[in-house]
Formats: sequence, C-alpha cells, structure tokens
Amino acid sequence: MFALSFMRHAFVASTMIAIVSGVIGVFVVARNMSFLTHTLSEIGFAGAAFATFVGWSPLLGMLLYTMLSSVLVGQFSSDESRRESVISAVSALFIGLGILFLSLSNQSASSATSILFGSVVGISRGEVHQLTLLSLLVLGVVALIYRWLKFDSFDAVGAQVNGVSGLGISIAFLLLIALSVSVAAQIVGSLLIFILLTLPAASAKYFTHGVAKMMLLAVLFALLGTWLGLYLGYLTNWPVSFFIAAIEVLIYASALGYRWRDKQ
Amino acid sequence: MSDLSFAINEGDFLVLIGENGVGKTTLVKALLGIKKPAAGEVHRQAGLRIGYVPQFRNLDAEYPLSIADFVALNLPRTIRPWLNRAERQQLRQILAATSLTAIADRPLGLASGGEKQRAYLAQALLNQPQLLIMDESTASLDNDIKFELLDLVAKFQQQNLSVLFVTHDWELAKRYGNRYLHLEPGGRFSQGPINDFPSELEEDD
Repeated sequence: MFALSFMRHAFVASTMIAIVSGVIGVFVVARNMSFLTHTLSEIGFAGAAFATFVGWSPLLGMLLYTMLSSVLVGQFSSDESRRESVISAVSALFIGLGILFLSLSNQSASSATSILFGSVVGISRGEVHQLTLLSLLVLGVVALIYRWLKFDSFDAVGAQVNGVSGLGISIAFLLLIALSVSVAAQIVGSLLIFILLTLPAASAKYFTHGVAKMMLLAVLFALLGTWLGLYLGYLTNWPVSFFIAAIEVLIYASALGYRWRDKQ
Repeated sequence: MSDLSFAINEGDFLVLIGENGVGKTTLVKALLGIKKPAAGEVHRQAGLRIGYVPQFRNLDAEYPLSIADFVALNLPRTIRPWLNRAERQQLRQILAATSLTAIADRPLGLASGGEKQRAYLAQALLNQPQLLIMDESTASLDNDIKFELLDLVAKFQQQNLSVLFVTHDWELAKRYGNRYLHLEPGGRFSQGPINDFPSELEEDD
C-alpha cells in the first residue's frame, strides 16, 4: 500500500496526529475538557466552511475559528460552573455561522462531508508539511510549559496556592487544543477529532499512573487506531474514520474492563 | 476582623482556632498572598518559602497519578520537562520522611484518607518551606490518623519548620501547639502561649 504516494502521505499525517492527540489528550482528560474538545471540533468545521467561502485553505479557517473561540471560552468561563453553558453558547454561534457559510459558498455536499468526516487519503505533500510543522509547534510548546501545565491540570488547588497562574495556563492550553483540533481534523474530520483527543488518554489512565507514561500509552493507542484504521480502510474501501472510531472505542471498553477486573 | 496583629516566629507551632465562618481561611489566604487584605499589611520575610496544605481537594478514586508523581508536581517550575538527579533525590527524601516510600507508585486516588493527607503534606514540604500552613487538614480523619499526621508535622517542626495550624479542635491545639491565636465572631481575638488558652472557650470550639 505504500507504493501509492497518497497512502504514504496519509500514513505520515496520521502518525503526527496520533502523537499530538495522545500528548494533548492526557491534559484534556485531566482537566475534564472532553466537552470543549468536542465543541471545538464543530467550531473547526464552521471555520473550514468559512474558509471555503472566502477561498482560503480549510486549515486556515479552522485555526482562526478554533483559536478565537478558545480565547472567548477561556475569558468567559473563569468560573468553572459557568463553563459548559459558555461553551454551548459559543459553539451555537459558530456552528450557525458554519451552516450559513456552507450554503453561501454554493459548494457541493462532498466538500462539507470531507470537512466533517476527514479526507485523509486526499491529503497532499504540502499539507503533510504544514501538518508536521504545526504538530512540532504544539509538542514544543507542551515541552516548554510542561511543569506548569502538569501542576495546573492534575492538581488545580495545589497549583493555585503555589502561585502557578490559572488563567494564563488555561488560555495557553486552550490555544494548544485549538491547534491540535485543526491539525487532527485533516485526518479524522471535525466530528471524530474528539475521539483521538479523548479516548486514548482516557484509556491510558487505567493502565499507568505517571503523566509521561500516560502520554506514551495514549500515543500508542492513538497510533494503533490510526494505523490500523488506515490499513483497514485501504483493504475495504470503507471510511477510515469509522475504523479509527471503532478501534478507539474498543480500546476504551477494554480499559474499563481491565479496571473493573482490577477492582475485584 | 479588626486590629488583628500577630507574628509567627521560627520553630513556632501556632494554632489558629475559631468557629467556622469567623475568617480563618481568609486570614490564611491573605498570608499566602492569594487574597489582598481589605486593610492592613502582611509582612513576609524576603524570600520566605511557604508550604500550604489546603482544606479541600476533590481527588476521586479515578484520580490517575501515583503518589510520587503527585508529590513531584510541586518541584520547581523550569522549562526542563524531565527530572534531573538532584530533583529525583529531593523527591525520594521527602517520600521517605513522610513514610510514603513503600506506596509511592500506587495511584493516589486509591489511597486512604491518612495516606492522602501525608501525600499533600509531602507535596507542600517538597521545596523545604520555612513556614507550613495546614488548613483544617485533619478535619475528616480518625483520631489515631490525626495524631500520626501531626506527630510527623511536629518532627519537621523540631527541624525549625514553623507551623500555622488552622483548626477548631482545641484538643489537638493543646497537644501540638505552643501558641494560639483565637478568632471570635465580631472581629475580637486573643492570643498567647497555648497553656494560657482560656479553658471556658474549650467547650465552644
């Protein structure tokens, strides 16, 4: 299958996305931000629709929309109890805009579905480079703010009394999620991004108890899903996203089973 | 609270005692610099390191980090992601000093109440603070576990750690404190050596 250049591109792209998703996902799960991640992916779709409308590349539109909305969410939800409703409001606005731009831009339904469900095998060499660059940027920033992010994510109370700033770290992390969502959307599509950003990490925490080890395991789970998904998609011609979703859910189910057996 | 003035000296075990809602936690937050006092000043010795064991932490059974990893969260913040040799040594020492070495790799979410409190204490003591503030840290523990924890704190106090212990348990106050600061509703307060603690107050608190 690697004789085909689009399969090679898909393979490199999915590897980058799996690494970013596994690393970021550990913090998404620790900070209870699965809902926000889901919402950001819908917002990413709206951004891509906007980009199609004005004639930009979809990635640019996604970056613009997800980053703008993460900062909005961060600013208006400093109060934890208000976070979910702020997220709902922001996403309602952006998804509405997405539908509007999609209908205004007169694009066929196929461009909408490729934004929503991903188009990994249609990815070009230039897009692979772009994606690799963004992935390295995300990983680099995580490495630099690792100790602050770790403290704030895994012990918000301790972080606060030790002067690790809540809002600064929150917004930095929201921007990192926005970047990751935009990156991951290329391969699994907006609607399935939250799968890669949440399930591998949520599964990893049942098997190991260190932040670095959880990241490693989450990356492995994400790689397993994307690689196997690509291969099965190649064999069957069914959508890759379907396989990735199914594999990650299976991994999560076995993690729960492992935890249950462990407790007995 | 009005005209309250007090100092914590080196090696002190100062008990901050008073009913719920009288302003103990507010005072502690002012000391920590999280909250600005409405009036008045807090003087901290320059470079004073404070360790703080908060009253509430909602870590459930699913909390994934091991005890060692939880304690290590409070290592100095630098841009180097991994721990160097000195930091690993520092971590090992504090785990040993708080009797956590044997269970260091177990998930904190599955630890007992006393073990959790020891982990919180270890995290607060990791950077060798000169002042330790404990906010009602023993409130939910059984008596023998309370004594175990505070015996441990007393051992650190003998190595010149100052302790500010917030509680409404006067029995614990008398057992471990050397001075007290009693806050009363309406902004009144009294302070002094623990042996002068007015016994008629003991019943109320």
